[in-house]
Amino acid sequence: MRQDAAAKTSLEKVNTVVEKGGFFFRHHIDAPLLAALMVLMLLSLFVLYSASGRDSAMMMRKCLHTAGAVALIVFFAQIPPRYFAKLSFYFYLFGVVMLVLVELFGDISKGAQRWLNLGIVRVQPSEIFKVVMPLTVAAFLSKSPIPPKTLNTLISFFIVGVPTGLILMEPDLGTAGLVAVSGMIAIFLAGLPWWWILLGLGAAAAAVPVMWNFVLHDYQKARVFTLLDPTSDPLGAGYHIIQSKIAIGSGGIYGKGWLQGSQSQLDFLPEPHTDFIFAVLSEETGLIGFVILMALYCFIIWRCVVITMRARENFERILAGAFTFTFMFYIFVNIGMVSGILPVVGVPLPFVSYGGTSMATLSVSFGIIMSIHTHKKVMIFGK
Amino acid sequence: MSLFNPEIKKAKERQLFGPERRKRRRDQSQQGNGRRDTEAENRIFRNRVIACLAVCAVMVAVLFSNLYYLQVISYKDYQTRSNENRLKIVPVVPSRGIIYDRNGVVLADNRPVYHLVLYPAKEFDTLAEIRELNALLSLDLTEREAVSLSRQARTRKKFSGIEISDLLSEEQIATFSVNSYRYPNVQVAASLKRYYPFADIATHAIGYVSRINQADVDMLTADGRIDNYEGSTEIGKLGIEKYYEDVLHGRTGSREVEVNSHGQIIRTIKYNPPKPGDDITVSLDIRLQYYAQELLGDTRGAIAALDPASGEILAMYSNPSYDPNLFVRGIRSRDYSRLLNNPGRPLINRVTQGGYAPASTAKPLMCVMGLNEGLVTPTGSFYGMPYFRLPNSTHQFRDWRSWGHGWLDLYRALEVSADTYFYDLAYRAGINTIHRYLDLFGFGRRTNIDLMEESTGVNPSREWKRARFHKGWALGDTVPIGIGQGYWTTTLMQLVKAHMTLSERGKVNTPHLMRAISDPADGGKLKRGFENREKPPYIELRDSSYWDVCRDGMYLVVNGPEGTGRRAFEGARYKAAGKSGTAQLVAVKQGEKYDASKLKVEHRDNALFVAYAPFLKPRILVGVILENAGGGSRMAAPIARALIDKYLLELNPGGYMGESEPRYVKFGMGGTVGVQ
Repeated sequence: MRQDAAAKTSLEKVNTVVEKGGFFFRHHIDAPLLAALMVLMLLSLFVLYSASGRDSAMMMRKCLHTAGAVALIVFFAQIPPRYFAKLSFYFYLFGVVMLVLVELFGDISKGAQRWLNLGIVRVQPSEIFKVVMPLTVAAFLSKSPIPPKTLNTLISFFIVGVPTGLILMEPDLGTAGLVAVSGMIAIFLAGLPWWWILLGLGAAAAAVPVMWNFVLHDYQKARVFTLLDPTSDPLGAGYHIIQSKIAIGSGGIYGKGWLQGSQSQLDFLPEPHTDFIFAVLSEETGLIGFVILMALYCFIIWRCVVITMRARENFERILAGAFTFTFMFYIFVNIGMVSGILPVVGVPLPFVSYGGTSMATLSVSFGIIMSIHTHKKVMIFGK
Repeated sequence: MSLFNPEIKKAKERQLFGPERRKRRRDQSQQGNGRRDTEAENRIFRNRVIACLAVCAVMVAVLFSNLYYLQVISYKDYQTRSNENRLKIVPVVPSRGIIYDRNGVVLADNRPVYHLVLYPAKEFDTLAEIRELNALLSLDLTEREAVSLSRQARTRKKFSGIEISDLLSEEQIATFSVNSYRYPNVQVAASLKRYYPFADIATHAIGYVSRINQADVDMLTADGRIDNYEGSTEIGKLGIEKYYEDVLHGRTGSREVEVNSHGQIIRTIKYNPPKPGDDITVSLDIRLQYYAQELLGDTRGAIAALDPASGEILAMYSNPSYDPNLFVRGIRSRDYSRLLNNPGRPLINRVTQGGYAPASTAKPLMCVMGLNEGLVTPTGSFYGMPYFRLPNSTHQFRDWRSWGHGWLDLYRALEVSADTYFYDLAYRAGINTIHRYLDLFGFGRRTNIDLMEESTGVNPSREWKRARFHKGWALGDTVPIGIGQGYWTTTLMQLVKAHMTLSERGKVNTPHLMRAISDPADGGKLKRGFENREKPPYIELRDSSYWDVCRDGMYLVVNGPEGTGRRAFEGARYKAAGKSGTAQLVAVKQGEKYDASKLKVEHRDNALFVAYAPFLKPRILVGVILENAGGGSRMAAPIARALIDKYLLELNPGGYMGESEPRYVKFGMGGTVGVQ
């Protein structure tokens, strides 16, 4: 008891020091990260105003989304990371059940069965895995020392594979890819041996013809063809890419000015407020706008990498790292797709595109990252 | 708080992961990774993060290079394509030149009209809509027309509508406005349409415009004029409208507009105004034209009146006529077949396209030939038998008067229109000479009139007959040519032109309709008039007095005691000259090959009369032809007289009406006539 008391006293001292980290830190918020995210969301409001054609109703909803996003970040930052680890399996199970339900009872929209109508709200269970997948993999792999043993590696691949397969069946190639990649990043960070990676790449290369012939749907093939040569079908599948590239290219270095983009304002861009919002930004603010956006993203990633490196637990750092690099992957895929170097898959530009689901999942990820950074004292308490 | 109770959590962990793992996990967290190689783990993790960061750096680099390539290196290219996307050139159709008559009366106008335009849309059943509107507004569409319209709608370009109605009346517009909420994709559209206020009075001269069809597009493309017709829907199809299409059309302007991806116009950036078409003043006097229609009544026939001094056409009317406004809005097939099947053949311009035997109206022209070739002299005598017979032949070429005319000289031969005199003349001249002189007078050739619709008639020759009938020329073929029958066919315009040359004593004028082209934007300043197209513009005779000899003969026709036209011109307040003609159907039948359907089975004669007045310096020359009407002097001459009266006395009083003091001229057979 005395020993405990002494320990408690010294720990309280440590915690006091930690708590002196400032108001934000005391409330489990990482000020630089939150500030950067808020600047990004503020910027996205301006872009959306232009992209939506000055749609005030949409602006109103985007403001609500933004407020909700901040609330979600702060809320999830309050929850100590170990609870996520402990609950990850339930989340995972819940998600898989939902995916199966979608497969059985889901609403069909645009040829794919992605939505589950719960009476009040329609949810897209595949989105859940954008958060749950790295969480589960990180929780599983951090239970044993890293690098993981062969058996654990195989199990983690299985964990990644089940929801990915279910999402592929919807079919939603884009989300399946993102979910799989987020899980893979987690496995990679956990120390997946390099020869596994080489083997995987080889297997993937071998799988391409099989996928092409037996798995991919025609519209998915068309997207790949379109990427290779958008001019082959200028009014069909290639139209979006051509118009988007024209928008970006005609922006030049300085851009045409806010609300002045002819491609954006005259309806030449497909879905200018969601997936193709980057084209609007590029057309109206030019290369400078891209550089500013990229700088913001890089700052966020840098800050997240710092948090990752400072994390002490394997679970925490694998999770933070997976979120961070998945975030970068989203950015790359979206901008790559809009600027014509990747096939068109439905990936929104993080925090900029209009869409509540995307904002919510990203906010949860960043909330967890903040939680990881600001809950170090909890670990000292242990029991 | 119970959620965060460690005891509960423990229970959960046991169930999920089993006791051994739970223990290990607890060891990790409690004993600070005592059994793990923390250093190695840190190293591995750091390496992995660095690898990921490297990938991130590559991604950023790739994105930046791509953006740099798009926005800096290919900037110009994409800027151009962006502008191409948003900027569209919309043609602005110039307003068509107005056509006036010689007194400034509008003959062809542009009027704002309203019609229903349907923009096909997926959510509406086009055919059902057309049927409903047809019933609602009594558009008078048959089921077949409705179906064909709905088919048109399907093949139309995106965003362009189809006209589903004729010109709407005020009442129809009002009815539609009340019900328009039910047809959101149907609109009342206003546009300028050609309108001919005088309907069928001047159709054959003025013509009409109609929708540009594929043949027009091909023709315009071949001429390289197609660019100027961007956006135009109508083109001149007949008459002045066709002949002066380039003058009337004007130059198409353009509007540079910004459009969105649906083609909707957002705003105008640059406006390049069209140059409106030039106005045309034609030489027609619409009052005379109207009078010509009135005079002809139900008779099939044609009237042409010219000012012989200039060749300006004062009236040109072909009966029956039709309303050109039908064609402007796209003629319905049943209307068109009604016109096509009308036994009166209204679509044919009888003045320039009808091939007729000139009959006796050709005799003065034969006299010119005879005098110039030395075959006859003005006073040389000839005994008019009841018939003429070729040597060694029994075939009788009968005179119109079964008992003959007795002694004739040239003057009397013209006055009484003695056929035998001209049978003999033609026989002695031979077909080669006749062909040469007829060619000189313009027969068998285009008159150079400013109309596209013209047939050349037939100026018969040996070559022509061989080509046409694969037979040699017979001597008997020559004889009836002398009285304007046989293989010879002419249009009324050719006949009138030849008589105009005679009345002008050898001066050849091109008959024409266009009097002036003026620029409406330039205060109606005259740009150009009509220039004589004859080469050479005169006919040279051995002795120019021959013209007067023939003219005097024609004077006697109207003023002589035996003149065939004396009854028709009795009591005229001016002195006229003229020549009657009665074309036998037999002769006409030989000309049937040009337009057989024009002549009905009736075996009545065509009546012709050519007259001009005042005699010495004629101000008007009239040619009349009445199909199957009978004798020229009895039927056609009064019409010519009425028209001349109308023009000289009523429409243009106070002009030259002849000399006040008559000049007495002694004629060959001993008669004397006062020439005024």
